[in-house]
Amino acid sequence: MVTSVTSFGKNGVSDWLIQRVTAVIIGVYFVGLMGWLMANSGFDYATWKGFMGSLPMQIANTLMMFSVAAHTWIGLWGVTTDYLTSLQLGGSATGIRLLVQAVIILLTLVYLLWGLVMIWGGA
Amino acid sequence: MMATVNQKRPVNLDLTTIKFPVTAIVSIFHRMTGVAIFFAIPVLLWLLDRSLASPESFADVKELMTSKLAVLVMWGILAVLIYHFLAGVRHLVMDMGIGETLEGGRRGAFMVFIGAAILIFLAGGWLW
Repeated sequence: MVTSVTSFGKNGVSDWLIQRVTAVIIGVYFVGLMGWLMANSGFDYATWKGFMGSLPMQIANTLMMFSVAAHTWIGLWGVTTDYLTSLQLGGSATGIRLLVQAVIILLTLVYLLWGLVMIWGGA
Repeated sequence: MMATVNQKRPVNLDLTTIKFPVTAIVSIFHRMTGVAIFFAIPVLLWLLDRSLASPESFADVKELMTSKLAVLVMWGILAVLIYHFLAGVRHLVMDMGIGETLEGGRRGAFMVFIGAAILIFLAGGWLW
């Protein structure tokens, strides 16, 4: 069996499932955060800091950061493997695709680390 | 029957010549909004960072959000998030075996567009 070395789970079924589980986490977070923002319009710094600094939100934010990273990797892997191929780019397709995927994955990891430092008390 | 099939029949995968049904349009927008969100993530992380760093930087973000351009950018980001969310919910619903037929797929696609239009409109009203 040939597996793709650049995909997140190295396995289509694994990617499929992770994409859905992370989607649910992100979706619930999105709806919840929008609800909080709407319910607390005009909130001040202390309220915001207290909300985001609470342990439940630190955990939710951490799950969110990991979920977004995995979801981004899997989603953009799908997009790049569909549109950056020899059909569109000819012989140099594999090199270009690998380069783009590497940039995407590195940026995703930078976002993840930035988010984690923010949540757990750096900045 | 087999004899009438041209073994060398042309394969048409030129996306520019294929007429997109509504289900394909929902799908391509799901991808395009996904790519757009990738570029929105650093903006959102930066806003979160500045809003939490100190009371001063929080005030700066609040000040920034009074500008029309910033509100417009936030509306754009919210719009792609709302669309991507609804199209994703449609995927999950279809994974559960609901709306998998051709007609069901079309109906779901229209529901995503209409739902997104309503929510994006409401989000605009909320931001302003």
